Formats: sequence, C-alpha cells, structure tokens
Amino acid sequence: MTETIENIQTRRGEDAGPLLSVRDLKVTFQRSGEQPFVAVDGVSFDVRPGQTVGLVGESGCGKSVTSLAIMGLLPERGVKIEGEVLYNGQDLLKLSRNQMRDRRGADLGMIFQDPLSSLNPVVPIGIQVTEVLERHRGLSRKAATPIAREMLEKVGIPDPNRRLTDYPHQLSGGMRQRALIAIALAAQPRVLIADEPTTALDVTIQAQILALLKELVEDTGTALIMITHDLGVVAGLVDRVNVLYAGKIVERGNRHELFAEPRHPYTWGLLNSIPRLDGTRGQKLTPIPGSVSDNLPWASACAFAPRCSQPIEVCREQQPELVEEGTRALRCFNPIDDEVRSGRTPDAQAPTSTQPRDAAYPTDDPKGDPTMEESR
Amino acid sequence: MPNPLNPNSKKDRIDSLAATAGDRHRSGDHAQPGGGVAVATVDDAGHVEESTGVSLLASAWRRLRRNPVFLLGLAITTIFVIVAIFAPWLAPHDPAKGLLITEVRQQTNPIPAARPGFPLGADNAGRDIFSRLIVGSRQTLVVGVMATLFGFLGGLTLGTLAGALGGWVDSLVMRIVDVMLSIPSLLLAFSIAAIAARPSQWTVIIAIAVVQVPVFARLLRGSMLAQRASDHVLAARALGVKRSAIVFRHMLPNAMGPVIVQATLVVATSIIDAAALSFLGLGNPDDRQPEWGQMLGAAQRFIYDYPALAIWPALCIIVVALGFTLMGESLREALDPKSRR
Ligand SMILES: Nc1ncnc2c1ncn2[C@@H]1O[C@H](COP(=O)(O)OP(=O)(O)O)[C@@H](O)[C@H]1O
Ligand code: SF4
Ligand SMILES: [Mg+2]
Repeated sequence: MTETIENIQTRRGEDAGPLLSVRDLKVTFQRSGEQPFVAVDGVSFDVRPGQTVGLVGESGCGKSVTSLAIMGLLPERGVKIEGEVLYNGQDLLKLSRNQMRDRRGADLGMIFQDPLSSLNPVVPIGIQVTEVLERHRGLSRKAATPIAREMLEKVGIPDPNRRLTDYPHQLSGGMRQRALIAIALAAQPRVLIADEPTTALDVTIQAQILALLKELVEDTGTALIMITHDLGVVAGLVDRVNVLYAGKIVERGNRHELFAEPRHPYTWGLLNSIPRLDGTRGQKLTPIPGSVSDNLPWASACAFAPRCSQPIEVCREQQPELVEEGTRALRCFNPIDDEVRSGRTPDAQAPTSTQPRDAAYPTDDPKGDPTMEESR
Repeated sequence: MPNPLNPNSKKDRIDSLAATAGDRHRSGDHAQPGGGVAVATVDDAGHVEESTGVSLLASAWRRLRRNPVFLLGLAITTIFVIVAIFAPWLAPHDPAKGLLITEVRQQTNPIPAARPGFPLGADNAGRDIFSRLIVGSRQTLVVGVMATLFGFLGGLTLGTLAGALGGWVDSLVMRIVDVMLSIPSLLLAFSIAAIAARPSQWTVIIAIAVVQVPVFARLLRGSMLAQRASDHVLAARALGVKRSAIVFRHMLPNAMGPVIVQATLVVATSIIDAAALSFLGLGNPDDRQPEWGQMLGAAQRFIYDYPALAIWPALCIIVVALGFTLMGESLREALDPKSRR
C-alpha cells in the first residue's frame, strides 16, 4: 500500500539523475539611477526526466523571472544573472546567445499565460508549428506540414487539417492554448516550462489543458516545470512542489507531503485560500492578510514576517535558512505544527476545490487527488 | 488643434500612432494580492470570441463601414484614382493643344471664356482647362503615390534597422530622423528640390519622399519596439526562432497597421507639397504636361480678372487631399484603441 505509483516514479527518476538543475539562481534588475532589485534570490531545484515540478507563489514572487532566466530570455542589459542552470550537466547560462537560441525550442520549450497574445495574429497556426520544425529539425515546409497536422491532432484539436490554415483569432481560448502546446512541443523538447498556462482560461478548460499536459509529459517523458500562483492547479499534476516567496524557496516537498502536512505558514495560508467549488458548508476563504509590499528584506529577517500568522521574535532579526530534511525543505523558524493543522478538520484541510479539475485526470494514480490522503 | 509646425507635436502624433501597433491586451497575473485565488476569465470552448487580434481589424472595418467621414473620403479617392487612370479617354480634348488659340487676344481677351465643348473655358494658350484638369490628375496621382512609396521604403529600411537592432544603430538613426523632423517639411522639400539642376517631376517626387522618410522611420521604429516587447515575439524567441524570422515574420507584419494609416495621410500631404513646389516653379517646367500646382502657378498672372483659372486647380488639390485625409484620419481613429468606445 505504501508503494504508490508516485513513489515508484520518483525512484525511477532518481536513478536517471536530474535533467535540469537550477543552482543558486539569482536575478538582479539594475536600472541606472534605481536601487537594484533582486527578483530571484538563490533559487535551487532539480527536475528529473518525466518529472513534473511545481513552482508556486503569489504574483510577483519571481516565478516568471525564474523561467525566463532558465530559457535565457531575460534582457541582456540591466539584468544580472548569477548561479547555474545545468542541463544534462552543462551550464546554460554560460552559452553564447546563438548557442542558447539553438537550445530553445529544441531542448527547452515554454508556454505562456495568455494564449491569444502569445500567438502571432497574422500567421496561420500551421505555419507557426512548421516554423519550429523547419528551424530545429531542418525540414522543408512541405515535409513539416504532416507532422504539424499530427501535432495538432495529438493536442486534441479537432479537424486539424482545417486548423492548419486558421488564424489565432479563429480559435477559442482553449484551442489556442492547445495550439501553443503543440507549437512548444513540436521539436520535442525534453524540458517544458509552463508559466501559468491555465490562468487566462475558464475553469472547465483549465482542467482539460492540465489533463492534456499531464498526458503529454507522461507519454514522452518530458520534464515539466509547472508555474502557477494557484496551489489547486498543481494539486493533481505535479510530483514535487516548490513554494516561492519574494524570490526565495520557502518550502519544498513531494506533492502529497506538502498538501497533507504543510509546514511553512505561507504554504498553509495558500492552502487555506484555495476556493472551493463544492461550496463546503459555510467554509470561508481565508486569504493571507497584507500584500507583498509589506515584505521585510530577506537579508535581516523573514520577508514573510509581517503577514505571518505565527511570527516569533527571531523572525524579524535574522534570515531563516532553507533546511533540507529528507525529501522536504523548509525555511522557517516557527513552522506550523500538528496542533494548528488539526484546528481544521481533515476534510476541510485538503484542497477539495481541485476535485473538478482532478476529475479530468486518469484515475490510475491513487494519490492523484490529495483529498484521498489520510491525514496523519 | 496642435500647431503642425511644432516638431514636438509632430513627434507626439507619430508616437501615439505607433503605439497602436503594440500589445493591446497585456494581461497580468490574475492572482489577487491577498492569496492564491484564481480568477478565471470566462472563455467558452466552442465559440470564437472577438475584440482582439486580427478581429481588431474586423471590428475596425465594421465601424468604418458606417462612418460617413470615411465613406466620403473613400468616395473621393476612388473617383480620383479612376479619373487619373482613365484620364486620356475621359478628357474631351488634347490638353496640350491650343485649340482656342485663335480666340486669345493678348491685350483684350487673354483667357477664352467657356463655350460648348469647353465647359471651363481655356487658358492663355488656348488649351481646354477641363481636359487639363482631368489629365493633370495623373501627375498628381503619380507624384502622391511615388513620393509616398519612396518615403515609405526609406522609412521602412531605417525604422526596421533601428527597431530591430536597437543599440547604437537605433541611436544614430533616430538622431538623424529627429533633426529632419525638426525642419518644417515644406522648407526641407523646397531646399532639396532647389538643389536639383534640372527641375522635373522626379525631383519633386524625390524631394517629397525624403521629407517623408523620417516620419515613416520614427513610426516604424515605434511600432517595432512595441512589437519587440509583445508576448508573441517573446513566445517566438522561446522557440529559438532565428532573428531574421522574428523581424520579418513576427514583428514587421504586425507593425504595419499604423504605417498604412500614415501612408494614406502622407499621400495627401505629398499632393499638397507637390502642388506647392510646382506652384513655386520647382516642378516640371514643361507645361504641355498639365499639373494642378503648375496650373495654379500660371493662373497667378490673371488672378484679379480671371479668378476661376486659379480656383479650379486649387479646388481639385483641396478636394483630393481632403479625400485622403478623411480616409486616413478615420482609419487612424478606428485602429486606435484609445478612441474606441
Ligand atoms: N524587466 C523587469 N525589470 C524590473 N523588474 C522586473 C522585471 N521583470 C520582473 N520584475 C520584477 O520582478 C518581480 C518578479 O516578477 P515575476 O517573476 O514576473 O513574478 P511572477 O511570480 O508573478 O511571475 C516582480 O516584483 C517584478 O516587478
Ligand atoms: S520564519 Fe517566522 S515569520 Fe517567517 S514564516 Fe516562519 S514563523 Fe513566519
Ligand atoms: Mg508571472
């Protein structure tokens, strides 16, 4: 019973070693005449082949900057990037601009939040798919077209033949996101970064897109970095979750650990603020009070202290370090304990809002729904 | 109405037009600051929504179709272009032949009056004014279109270079462009035309085209920069698309909207400027080829006694320029998201 599919998968991944390894990534924006701003502050995480890793945090915590840094898409001027992004052991940050361009699309793919504005409005969908195949696989337009059609079919776009010549505005929001996924996966990258891929979509379509992503990465063994501000989105999808706050990872763990037993007050707050679609009897959302503008500087405190539900004295005096412990990591002086956790019923504690989303997933994974997790 | 001679108002106008090429619907993260609450925007699965992207053009067209100002402009320009194309067949007489020269009396009656077959009379060389006006539209069309085309091509090259390469290329190009923009355009065109050893239709075209180059350059650079910051260009870069393809497939076609608007407006100013240069004697000196500005210039001598001689070509210039302006302005309005209700 303890040998869940997830555990097996994780172990299999461990054998392979990390495919992408982000080490102490630090991104500083320096505009002349302005204070330098550290958007990403020493972030490290690993992604193994076939693994799905979540990067979760509120808007502005540095998720997109992290993904753009990995992709080498940050502007060259006014930005300082430190640390390493190791792909198969090679540091991508050391590559030249041209070398990195050859890697993008071929080794690393990315899909963005807004499917409409991420597609070129004046170029038919088909050309936008074949463009990638021509670029990275050296195919002619003619040879690439059947593959493009196949890709569209694979991502569940009906009537792909007709869609090849359609323009983005002729597709619905969900179809556009599917098209974007087809484009991103056309050259078969081994790492796919999805930056809020469902935020601009309606809830039922969110579920479809997430199910599609899950299916595609499972079929092809692509590693997926799933970026979202909504823990509910990653609930049924990811293997590991990294919770980001103000540019730093504050908690990390396998999905079921983190959902069943959140330790960082911020993670706890995020879980409590997930809306419930089933309208659980009188349950109210408890959003985290305050906003990121209240943050303290990490250098001399816990940035989250002004908004934390249980700060202690040392939180405002010293920076908490990220402490690794087995499969988990935590950056907190006064973690949430069992007593606080049991203040809520086990039923209420789990993010039930994810049920409608999870319903779209294949149900072969017994841990697929965190609500199934017994509370410990 | 901003002062058209003020170079800054000229720049502001260009820049606000360029901005219409940008990302019209940048949406930030939908997260709320207080928690990880997802706010889903409704977007149904089966239907095609509109209001953005290419459908922006469709909705612009829908509004234009019902806009009387645009329709008037369109009617004027269409008639003008048709007349210009078919001028030799439409003109009742040969515009170069002094058919009524026998009527001309240097002292008593220099300008033959209207009569059957000659609805507007003749000029002091006995040539039919009506035919000259009709055939003159050809020159006007050629000058207007050619000057705009060359100005556009020059501006396209400079603006694309500046907008696509950035850095010192951008700084250099834009410095030159700004200097050119700070000179009143007619003065600049006049100076260029005056340099030419033998004035002709082509010196007029080149002079006016040069004046339009900085306008198009600044405009294209602005819309290229807006494109460079757009989501779909970022997405294309994330696919490793080559730089040339980014510029020519992903940036340039999307930056063309404001340029088309500007081109329409530039045809109008080219026509007026061309007329002005001809009027001042910097155009084609051969008056067997009728040209409205040159006809206007020739009418000066008789302006007190025979004002009609000046009024007809002036009216033609005004109406045609107005047609292009009305069309361009309503296009600009329709494409500008700020002016939409
Ligand atoms: N080009 C930039 N210049 C300066 N600051 C930036 C830039 N891009 C992002 N930032 C800042 O970096 C922080 C993290 O942004 P981002 O990674 O986009 O957040 P999110 O987690 O919502 O994706 C934000 O505070 C943002 O203001
Ligand atoms: S370190 Fe202190 S302030 Fe920061 S999250 Fe933990 S308890 Fe709260
Ligand atoms: Mg973001």
